[in-house]
Parts: sequence; structure tokens; C-alpha cells
Amino acid sequence: MSAHGPSSLKHGERHNGDANPRRKFVGQRVTRLEDPPLVTGRGTYVGNLNFPHQLHMRVVRSTYANAIIRSIDTSAALAHPGCRGVWTGADVADIPPITFRPTSIQGLEPYRQFILARDRVRYVGEPIAVVFADDPYVAEDIADLVTMDGEALPVILSADTPPGEFAPGLSTEALVLRKNFGDIESALKNAFKVVEVDVQVGRHSGVPMENRGALARIDHSRDVLECYGQGKRPHAHRDAVATLIGRSPASMHFYEGHIGGGFGVRGEIYPEDVLTCLAAQRFDRPVKWVEDRRENLLACNHSREQRHVVRGAFDEQGRLLGIDAKLWHDQGAYVRTHGARVPDMAMGTLIGAYHVPSYRTVGYVRMTNKTPAATYRSPGRFESTYACERLMDAAAEQFGLSRIEIRRRNLIPKESYPYARAMEILDHAVELDSGDFAGLLDKTLVDIGWEKLLADVAARRAKGELVGVGMGFFMEKGGLGPVDGAKVTVDTRGKVQVITGASSIGQGVETVMAQIAADALGVEYRDVKVIHGRTDVLEYGIGSHASRATVMTGGATRMAALNVRRKALEFASRHLVEAPVEMLDIVDGQVVRIDRPGEPGIPIGKVAAALAPSPATVEFGNPGLTAEGWFETAGMTHPYGIHTALVKVDPDTGETKVERFHVAYDIGCAINPMLVEGQIVGGVAQGLGGALFEEFFYDERGEPLSVTLADYLMPTASEMPPVDVLLTEDAPSPNNALGMKGAGEAGITGVGAAIAAAIDDAIGIPNAITRLPVTPQRLKALLKRHAAASK
Amino acid sequence: MKAGSFEWHPARSADEAVALLAQYAPQDGRVIAGGQSLVPSMALRLAFPSHLIDINGVDEFAKVRVEGGELVIGACVRHAAFHVTVEPGPLGRLLVQVVHDIAHYPIRQRGTFCGSLANADPASEWCLVAAVLGAKMVARSARGTRVIPAADWFQGIMTTALAEDELLAEVRLPLLPAGTRAGFYEFSRRAGDYALAMALVSWRDDGDAMRDVRIGAGAVEAQPRRIAEAEALLEGHPFTPAAIEAAAAAASAAVDPLEDVHTSAEYRRDLVGTAVRRAFAQAGS
Repeated sequence: MSAHGPSSLKHGERHNGDANPRRKFVGQRVTRLEDPPLVTGRGTYVGNLNFPHQLHMRVVRSTYANAIIRSIDTSAALAHPGCRGVWTGADVADIPPITFRPTSIQGLEPYRQFILARDRVRYVGEPIAVVFADDPYVAEDIADLVTMDGEALPVILSADTPPGEFAPGLSTEALVLRKNFGDIESALKNAFKVVEVDVQVGRHSGVPMENRGALARIDHSRDVLECYGQGKRPHAHRDAVATLIGRSPASMHFYEGHIGGGFGVRGEIYPEDVLTCLAAQRFDRPVKWVEDRRENLLACNHSREQRHVVRGAFDEQGRLLGIDAKLWHDQGAYVRTHGARVPDMAMGTLIGAYHVPSYRTVGYVRMTNKTPAATYRSPGRFESTYACERLMDAAAEQFGLSRIEIRRRNLIPKESYPYARAMEILDHAVELDSGDFAGLLDKTLVDIGWEKLLADVAARRAKGELVGVGMGFFMEKGGLGPVDGAKVTVDTRGKVQVITGASSIGQGVETVMAQIAADALGVEYRDVKVIHGRTDVLEYGIGSHASRATVMTGGATRMAALNVRRKALEFASRHLVEAPVEMLDIVDGQVVRIDRPGEPGIPIGKVAAALAPSPATVEFGNPGLTAEGWFETAGMTHPYGIHTALVKVDPDTGETKVERFHVAYDIGCAINPMLVEGQIVGGVAQGLGGALFEEFFYDERGEPLSVTLADYLMPTASEMPPVDVLLTEDAPSPNNALGMKGAGEAGITGVGAAIAAAIDDAIGIPNAITRLPVTPQRLKALLKRHAAASK
Repeated sequence: MKAGSFEWHPARSADEAVALLAQYAPQDGRVIAGGQSLVPSMALRLAFPSHLIDINGVDEFAKVRVEGGELVIGACVRHAAFHVTVEPGPLGRLLVQVVHDIAHYPIRQRGTFCGSLANADPASEWCLVAAVLGAKMVARSARGTRVIPAADWFQGIMTTALAEDELLAEVRLPLLPAGTRAGFYEFSRRAGDYALAMALVSWRDDGDAMRDVRIGAGAVEAQPRRIAEAEALLEGHPFTPAAIEAAAAAASAAVDPLEDVHTSAEYRRDLVGTAVRRAFAQAGS
């Protein structure tokens, strides 16, 4: 994009380009613009797309969890009459392993994955070959004919046992991460009490309704390789895949179409995506790959599996002097695109909302013979919040304080924001931008009806029911920059097009951007069409991940819309209305005089028409009612919240039923509270999965046992409790004009912590829950052990 | 998850169905009705039938009727048929109670009662009903018809007495006498999941004593069965909480539970006691 002369806002006007931001649509529960095709069967997912003469690719996957490849026999596959090609690692030996995002962390390169295994396989499901056919059924028939002869090696299935050998001379301990500030040794020495917890989160992940898929072809009219089905980070991944297969980024474009859920896992660069693009290039035919659910559960990123040992040094009043934390991160078989971001974030966010004078943390990032792990909605924070909150619950017990009081004593005070911590997360210095946690706690207790809830629980317990309440306090992060851009254009009918580099993964990007643009420009939000997820209409884009699209792309959209507004007013002032620009505004799509309310205005479509290319408009600056806008930010935003769960435990079956769930969340500024609530409720559902149901099991040979949705248990509507959401805007971010902080992960971060605490409370055994998910069998065994020990 | 290739043979009558089965059974032919177990296995390529004999077009298989003191359930009667009482007595009411624990609503619209019996999954609700109530399975083949009692039908995990060329044409459940009380309970991880344990109980109150007591457990062993040790504790005795508790404990002690990586034998054993107790608690009259 290029800067537009007279319409461009100056850098210094970044936060006050509009001194008093208009809020006609921002903050309103307007209906979603993206829904009509989705609810009328007109979705355009990659599975719906086809090109003439396309090939179907099917992946052959390792059945060994750890083995040296002796040979791969493709002869039977090649002899099949429908076979159009078979590749093994030797056929793609020129393709480097898939790289990870830029990071200052060193030493992970040897742990990257090749697109097809070479001499070793390290997990069941690892791609060892691909076959191509004209029909997906035939492709699957042919794939079944490829066999691998391997020399099985011992498997490593846990990260907290001693490391082994990843490759000759290379340890399965890929990395030891450290973060420190303050004097933790003194804190531990001077502590009145040191409280320790040892807790684990099970292996689970995001499971989008739409499986992964890709459709690639060369459009010879433009000499461009197109790939469809790529959400999340189309621009960055286009660049990366182009580099891997030896094309220039400009000769390749990604298009996302509709995406059936992302959650951090769908839309990353996987071996299959690269193979699809490479095959389209080599065969010079369209190539389509859509995985099935078994493959999705075997090969799409897993996440979350971590053990935390956390020691808190407390003074006599129960105030933290320091936290000393270790974690063991089960990375699975390879390091994928995220590098070490998950343990890095877990370590960086573990101390959460609390004032912690000293902190020492070490993370052992270890490879195992399981599916590679990476980010899943609230990466690192679901785990670390659970670990930290288990510590606070344990401290409450040991100090004889209520679980709320111990937290109150340790929350970062409102007046301490912005609150810096002398460490980095993802190579960014930590500065919590704004907050009033104690204020949110007060509002939460009122909204829940805390005293009545406790009285109800006590009454039910007196009747023998095992009911309990638990809370999880969390500090989120969002809006990670540094820069995003957008382009806004008004056509001659007054309709507005916003071109963004965001990705729509179901969260409502189109609606939110339309609301922001509509208010900045002065039009109806339904007249705004938002383009996203295409690399061919915008040179740069930040995508949608880590709760950033609304902050970053929203910021850029607002800047671009303000630039268009200014351009329209300046042009109108000079050529269309006898009035200085200060006297003009755009209201409901009309340029009007502020001093003459009621006088008919000039529709902005007419302004756009007047700005058509002509000597006058060239002389004015540049033709067209269009402008770009950039938003940049130095730091992250830090929204925060409190989850509260009411659960009932069945002592006979060990089953936990969540009766009620409450989420209080300070979002800074909710562009569309309805969409935020939708994000939160969906997040709660996934959090319940990780807390009570979802776990990828392996047997002792590394054979995955959770490869269908009958074995990998996601909560359904029947398991979902009613969720109440309290949204507050008490701590807007100072980092952007609207005060936005991000919404994508608020629903999930504290669920594990709150459920664990609630179960402790229900069964009356402090610190009983040390492992998620709390399955009925585990809880029943725990209750029996406790009963036996109390005899 | 795309099935291997197969030939599809629609049958229009029972005679045609058994003739097709006689022809194709030796070549990996299978009968398909609701397909709610077979089709997923084919999609996962765990099953590779070369021929499917489709009996959905056989009208006589679609009927459920009362005949000679028995409820006769045809081969294509869907689970959903039991969402309402198919007969006015205690059996009809029990089946309504049980059917809601079978999978999910869409599956119940398609899956069949007889298909569940032929599939003989250890966690099948209908198999437990058949085992406890003493169903008779009517097997038809080109060779003729034979009746197989429940006691002989189940022969291990997903294994039955049905021969390769036979199809399960109907299941006959004895009607329960008026005054019979029956209850069912199952525990599963989520609504609609396969049960980790289930129990079905029935009895009549004869003055102060329980008569014709039946207690069965499913989803625990390779096949569902009645548990004589538990029944004996109640037969001829009054219905008291202590007696029910003792029977539940006896059932729990008597079973030899299956064990897998998800579920220990100990946990299943505990659940059997709970399931029996709750089945009694939920028994309707």
C-alpha cells in the first residue's frame, strides 16, 4: 500500500484522529453480517470447492510411534490403475522442513518436521507417503496399498520422565526455558509459609467442526498458484509455503473462503498443506486434499499437556513474596510453526493477576512420540491459570483464609497500572496496560448473588448433596501487534468496501469491522462489505489469532475509514459545498453541514462519483474515494476476568455436573457485546472439555486411542450448563482509541481452574484435584482413596 | 473415511433377501438395515463387505405387533418406534424408558432394534432387554426359519448364534404381566455415549414379596446377562432399601468386568452396583 497524500493521518494523531469517537454501531448488539450464507446452506468451505481435472491427495500415515524406516513399498499402489502418483520422503527431499515463526529462542531447528518422513517416524499418524488419484475413494484404496517396513524403537510418552534420544546425539529435551525477576531465593528463605502444588493438564486440543483441507491450482491466466481453505494467517503462511516450495510469494495467493472454526489449530502450516501446493505445482493440475476426522485427531496439532510444580512464598498475611515454578511441556514428536510459544506463554502468564515481587520459572520442553503439540485457544494460559489458581486455593486453605480473601490480598492494585514485569513474553516486555481486578471481583460477587449462592450450597450440602463453588481468576493477553493495515473504498452508490488482512474463522470479523468502519466514516453498518483472508487484494495482513483481529485490524480499519472520511470532507469542502471542512460531517452516509441541521446533504456515493479520475481529482491529490490506514501498537492488551463454577458431584459414579457457570470479563471496549458473549460461551464449552472430558489417550506402545469423536469426548449441548456473562469496560486499553482488548480467549482461560476448585469444594477435600480432565473414573478413585485413608 | 467399494443389492421381500444372502454371504456379503454400526465401520475401513443386502425395502420387516403374548419386532423397526408405547402394558412403558438412552435422536431414526441384537455390542441397551426378558430371535435363511432363545444367542463380544446366511427377521419379546414393575439405568460419559455400565430390573409385587425378580447388567461383560446371585437375594422377599442394597452389592461382586485403557474393572464393578440400585429406584409400575 502507498500513503495517500492529503488524506493521510499523521502519526501523532494515532489515538485521537477523532477526538470523540462516534458510537452509533460500536457497542451495539447488531446482528451478524456473515450469517446468511452460513445458515442457508450456502457456505463455501474448501470441501465445497472443485476445479476441473483435479487430483485428490491422500496421506499414508505411520503406524509406528517410533521407528527407523527400513523401506516403504509403493509398488502395489503404483500398479493400481487409478494411481496418478505416489511420493515418499525421497521424492520431496528438496523441500526443507517446515519452519517456525521468528523467535529469539535458539536450538529448535533440529526438531522440525519434514513434509514426508525421511529415515525416521516419531508418531503414529506422521505422513510417510502421499498418493494421488482422480477420485477420493480410489485415492484411499491406493493409500491402503502403501506399506512401511520399520525397525521399532522404544517410545517416550511423557515429558516428566528422563529425556531420551530424539536422533543420534540429540536429546528429546529440546529446550530449557527460563524467566526470572526479583530475588526468589530470599523470598523462599523469608517466607512465613511456602505452599506447593504439583498439577497436570491432559493432552487435548481444539477440534474444529471443519477438518483441515486445501485445494491448490495454478491459474495460468495470471501464472499464480492459488491455494484455497487457508485461514488464520493467510499472508504469513503464503510467504512461508512459497519459500518452502521454491516460488516467489507474489506468484502465489491464499484464499480462506468460509472456515469452520480455527481455535489455533486449523490454519497452521502442516505437511499436508505444503504437499498440496507442491503437488499442484508439479502435476500442473488442481490438487485437493481434505482430511477425515480420524486424521484430524491424529495429525492436527494437539496441545495443553503440561505438568506444573509451583511453589508460592507467602508472608504472614498471605501475601506473595515470590513464585518458583517448574513446568514440563510435552511437545510431541516435532516442533511445529509455533516453536516454543506455548511454554513461553505459560511461563510468562503464570503469575496472572497477582503482584508477585519475585519470580523464577524453568520450563523443560521435551519431545515425545505423540502428535506434535502447539497452540490451542488460550495457549499456555489455560494451563498456567489452572496451576496458579490451584496454588492460590492451596494457600487459602493453609492460611485459613477464604479463597476470595487470599486473592484480594494479592491482586495488582488498580493504581499500579500500567504494571511492568521485568520479563518478556514472546520477546515482548510485559506491561499490563490497564486494570481494576478488585473492582471486577466486587461486581462479580454482586452479579452472581454470592451470599445467596453460598447459602444455597450450604443448605444443599446439609441434605447430603456434594455441591461446590470454585473460581478461576485470569489475566489474558490480546492485541499483539505490531502493525496491521486496511483499505476502505466508497463506491458511487455509497456502499463501502473494507479490505482487511484479517481472517474470519467464525468469530464475526465482518460484522465487527463493519461496525468500526461505519462509525468512523458515518454510514450504516449494513452498507459496509468486509473482505478478509485473501492475499491478492492486500499486500499485508495479520490474520486472526491470539485475540488480535479486533484490536489490530479493527484499529487499521478505523484509521482507513477516518482517512476516507477526511478525504471526502476535504474534497467536498473544496469542490461540492461552500463550507470550510471544519463545518462538515458525514452522517448516515451524507455529507452535511454541522451548522445547518436538517438541510439535505450530499450522499457520499456522489462524492465518490465526483472523485472519479479527472484532472481535478488528480490535482486534488489522487482520484477515488478510497484510503488506506495503518495501526501500530507497541504492546499487548491485557483483558482479565473471573470464572465461577457451581458443580455437583455424584459420589457413586464420580461424575461432575456443572450446574452453572459465570464469566466476568473486562474487555476494555466491546464492539459487539453479543459477539463477545458468543465467543465466551463457546470458549467455556471448550474449557469444560479440557476440564472434564477431552483427552488424547495413548497405549503403552504409543498407539493413539482417541481417534474418533466417540473416543475423544467433546462436551455436547447436554453437558453445557447455562452460562452467565458479565461484560465490563472499566479498564479500556490506553493502546488504542476505542480501548479494545480482545475477546477470543476469555471464555476458556479460567475454566480448568474454576472447575477444579469447585470439585474440591463439593467433595470437601482441599487440593484434591491435581489433574485435568477430572474424569468420573479418576474422581471415583480419588473419593475411594480418601474414604479409605479417613477410616 | 471413505468406504471401500461394494455392490448394493436391494431386496423387496424377505424371500428375496434370504436368497441374496445365500448367494453373497460366502463372498463377504452383509445385511444392511439402519447401518448405524456397519456404515461407520466401513467408513473407518474396519469392515470391507463386498456385497450389501439392503432390506430396507422389505415391507413386512417394518412392522411391530403383538402376537400370542409376545411383542414381535421386525428386522427394520427403528429405535424411534419405541419413543411411544408400542403396546399398552409394562413392556411398552419399559421400552420407552430404555430407548431414550440409545445414542442420539438422529441415530434412533435410522438404527434398528434387530440390528442392535445382530450387532451384539456389549453396551447395547436392546441386547440387555433381550437377555433379561428372555427374547426369542427368529433367524431366516434360504434353508428355513429357526428360533434362537436369548440364552443361546449371545456368544461373546459382537458375536451371535446367527449363521452367515441367516438374517435376523424378527425378535419376540414376551409381554410383561400386568403389575410388573421394571426399571433401567445406565451411566455414560455424555448423553448418548455407549454406557460404561447399565442395569435392567423387573419384578412383581405379590403381597409383601417380590416375585419373578430379574436383574441384568450390560456394558460390563462380553455380553449382557441376568445375575442370579442378586436375583436370589430378592426373590420371595419384601422390597426394602436394605434388600435392594444387598442385591446391588451382590451384582457388583458377581460380574467379571471388561477392562480397557479408559475404564478399569474396579470402576465398572462399582458402577454395576450403582446401576442396579438406580434401576430399582427408577422402576415404574
